[in-house]
Amino acid sequence: MLNKSFAKHYCLMLLPGLIWLFFFNLFPMYGILTAFKDFNPGIGILKSPWIGWENFQYMFELNDSKIIFRNTVAIAFAKMVGNLIVPLVFALMLNEVKNRMFSRTVQTAVYLPHFLSWVIVAGMMLDIFSYSGPVNQVLSGMGFERILFFADAQMFPFLVVGSDIWKEFGFNAIIFFAALTSINPEMYEAAAIDGASQWKRLTRITIPSIMPVTVLLATLSLGNILNAGFDQIFNLYSPMVYSTGDIIDTWVYRAGLIDMQYGLATAVGLLKSVVGLCLITVSYSLAYRFANYRIF
Amino acid sequence: MISERSAFTRLFNGINLILLVAIMLLCLLPVWYTLSISLSDKAAASAGQVFLWPKGLTFGSYNKIIHDDQFFTSFFISVQRVVYGAGISFIVVLLMAYPLSKTSKEFKPRNVIMWTLVFAMLFNGGLVPWYLTMKSLGLINSIWGLVLGGGLPVFNVILVMNYFRNMPKELEESALMDGAGPWRILFSICLPLAMPVMATILVFTIVYHWNEFFQALVLMNKSEKYPLQSYIRQVAVIIDPTKMDEETVKNMSGLSNQTLNAAKIFISMLPLLIVYPFLQKYFVKGITLGSVKG
Repeated sequence: MLNKSFAKHYCLMLLPGLIWLFFFNLFPMYGILTAFKDFNPGIGILKSPWIGWENFQYMFELNDSKIIFRNTVAIAFAKMVGNLIVPLVFALMLNEVKNRMFSRTVQTAVYLPHFLSWVIVAGMMLDIFSYSGPVNQVLSGMGFERILFFADAQMFPFLVVGSDIWKEFGFNAIIFFAALTSINPEMYEAAAIDGASQWKRLTRITIPSIMPVTVLLATLSLGNILNAGFDQIFNLYSPMVYSTGDIIDTWVYRAGLIDMQYGLATAVGLLKSVVGLCLITVSYSLAYRFANYRIF
Repeated sequence: MISERSAFTRLFNGINLILLVAIMLLCLLPVWYTLSISLSDKAAASAGQVFLWPKGLTFGSYNKIIHDDQFFTSFFISVQRVVYGAGISFIVVLLMAYPLSKTSKEFKPRNVIMWTLVFAMLFNGGLVPWYLTMKSLGLINSIWGLVLGGGLPVFNVILVMNYFRNMPKELEESALMDGAGPWRILFSICLPLAMPVMATILVFTIVYHWNEFFQALVLMNKSEKYPLQSYIRQVAVIIDPTKMDEETVKNMSGLSNQTLNAAKIFISMLPLLIVYPFLQKYFVKGITLGSVKG
């Protein structure tokens, strides 16, 4: 049994973290008041006059709000599906390789993009998808028209979703690798003795064994349906693709910090946070009920 | 293990291997292409003649970067930010995770603090309140705004806390018997055993601080104070809306400093390219232990 007098030492240990938490995580929440005020930076948050729900009403009247909501959900949903299926299929493919050296090499290579920032990836994409870049070279070589990828609103969501999957599938596959290595090898041996082919073993043992993890990850990802990826879109988009590429977070940035519509931007951000919190709570409790998963 | 060599199995394995090699190349080629561009002759690069190999090999762009003060200033700011940021969060996360790994019987306030942390992780005021806070704390144009502005990495605290919880109780109890106090137990017993998970969060924070560009964009009024990623964004990524009519886009690669920008992009990812293969085993261990146990 631990000593009672340790409690004050524990409090001392927690102190730096709690101060940090207070100033940089909790204190900003007080700024949420701006959503209900006609905020004037000159006189501060407290002295600015209350306007109640006006910012929220204005938000629903805006034409932009439908567009950004639709774009956010569409892009986030496509990423959610892609980021589940591609890593799963990739992990299953790599699991069939018995040569350790080879699978190590492939793994090291596919983790790489995860560690690059979206600034760098966007910089590389601008080169690769530029008018005279390799993708257009190949397209024109096959007799197609060259495409101005970053000015094409039809193309933009595909670039966004595709590049996100490219960047993250290797890293997302780690969880599947872990699940695959924990499958009892005796099951494979028993199946092999019973005459099951490699294909049968894949479909009857491997895939059912990692289904629980897959379902769990799908459940948890539901909480992110309003997060379409600010860093990525912020680096890739331009006014020409606002109609399909503008999402809640990028819109909030422009409304709040560029156009100085503090109250409106806070209101939109607040609505997003509240809905997001509800979704995460629901998905976590579902994960707890069905998969017995807890974060703390 | 019985191995069978049917025609189907061989075909299946063959196609699988080819696809995997293709996937691997898909991940590496963009980086390789950027390197090729950076080493190519300007005219060849803008004419789209570079594919997998530099055309008209020249180190001109790298030579230019050596004389580019702004690049080095930004590089140094990024290094500074990584050192401070990773150091601070390493210590603070360790100090928080240990007491929180105790049960609420052993340490009463534990549950209240835990719920506050989880709430802070899942909910935030959003961009504008964050900006107003940073402004009122006087952190505009300050490196500390970048180091602390991301807030407490709650997820890392939970990761380390779960690790401590799974450690055998007897270790601490025997140290206690030998007369060790809480600080000594933490630093001499728990920390050495927690090195795998601590290394993992160290990798995560280093990568986070090296790659983060947005906070600097908002907090720094002068571009001389940008860390590397924000600087790169400013010179190489920004798609200037005023230049976006079709004609200019077609000519853009000719006008811009494509090879120089490629060189800057390549140098800024070089540190990560060098270290991450060595850190791989840690983050793989850390991420599987922190999230889903298979």
